Amino acid sequence: MNYVTAFILGIINYALIDNVVLCRFLGLCPFLGVSKKTSTAVGMGASVIAVITLSSAITYFINKYALIPLNLVYMRTIAYIMIIAALVQTVEIILKRKMPSLYKALGVYLPLITTNCAVLGVAIDCSQKGFGFFDTMVFSVGTSVGFLVSIVIMAGIRERIQYNKIPKAFKGMPIVLLAAGLMAIAFFGFKGVSFT
Amino acid sequence: MNKPLERLYNGVIKENPTFVLMLGMCPTLAVTTSAINGLGMGLSTCAVLMMSNFIISLLRKIIPDKVRMPAYIVIVASLVTVVELLMQAYVRSLYASLGLFIPLIVVNCIILGRAEAYASKNPPLSSLFDGLGMGLGFTLALTLIGSFREILGKGSIFGFNIMPSFYEPVSIMIMAPGAFFVLAALAAVMNKIRQKKNKPTPEKFCNGCCTECMDDTCSIGKKEEKEE
Repeated sequence: MNYVTAFILGIINYALIDNVVLCRFLGLCPFLGVSKKTSTAVGMGASVIAVITLSSAITYFINKYALIPLNLVYMRTIAYIMIIAALVQTVEIILKRKMPSLYKALGVYLPLITTNCAVLGVAIDCSQKGFGFFDTMVFSVGTSVGFLVSIVIMAGIRERIQYNKIPKAFKGMPIVLLAAGLMAIAFFGFKGVSFT
Repeated sequence: MNKPLERLYNGVIKENPTFVLMLGMCPTLAVTTSAINGLGMGLSTCAVLMMSNFIISLLRKIIPDKVRMPAYIVIVASLVTVVELLMQAYVRSLYASLGLFIPLIVVNCIILGRAEAYASKNPPLSSLFDGLGMGLGFTLALTLIGSFREILGKGSIFGFNIMPSFYEPVSIMIMAPGAFFVLAALAAVMNKIRQKKNKPTPEKFCNGCCTECMDDTCSIGKKEEKEE
């Protein structure tokens, strides 16, 4: 299989079949919190794609050329969270200076991403599984696309829910969780699909 | 009531991190496939939370205000690494089944949230007990959700069969969708109780984790609306 096919199939696999939010339970906080409107959801999803892809590329090299040769693999958690925090700050500053329009669209989500467990989760997962650079990129792009897909769908559902009559006790969080559960069942349908 | 006991009561019942504050949803949903996993996750988070609260409280006058978040993250990450290595050495099977979620304790909203809301303003001893209370509350919640899902999904609790033999396990309860359903039911019950007692929702603080600002209190959501 050539690289292009492997890349596309890998992305479909990680985005739909093994969805990050609904099957692996990573990044639930922004999934539940920032999914009120489709426009905000798209902004959050796009920033997550950028940060996850960048951070897993950087952590891959840090892991390969610094942590493993120096025998410091046990420092992985500390090293990665610092890299991610620094990266998010840097991206924020660069965007503010160089691309104010993009900063206006995505800037508000950036501080939230440091504590998004999907970012740290993907970086650690790649290193624990011993992925090569290509696999790391496929995994991180696929995962973050999956996050975008699920948060946008969720926002769409929630915009509809607003006009429905819901029992009083289910207002707010419970109905959102219920909708997420139904989405998870729907995504379970993809489990039968296999590319290997 | 003296201070330590009051902190314990506050963490376990009054401001239970899972049921009342709805913090740290990722581990809550992901590892509660069985009661023992929930218990293990809860206790490891509790250990980190106690120590991080204690250390941050000791250092609260030294850490400059501007860099406090990175400083907290470093402290928490070091403690998580310690817990991770200990678990790897002594409870291998639990370590294997919790997997990725042990290093992810670093980004658990409860820990940074307590550091910001309590430990950075209060003396070490009461911070330690605040961490213990919150940690025990989290452990209790996770164990409850875990046992609930295990009983429905496997007909057992802590690995012992308790349901009669004709009971057909609803295996979806231990899979991903079941987690959402159980938590939705629990949150609905909490809503109902709160409405009956006419209690306002507890005060929330923004620490970058979005679940708590679910309602209109979120500053980011507000900013967004003003611009439009």
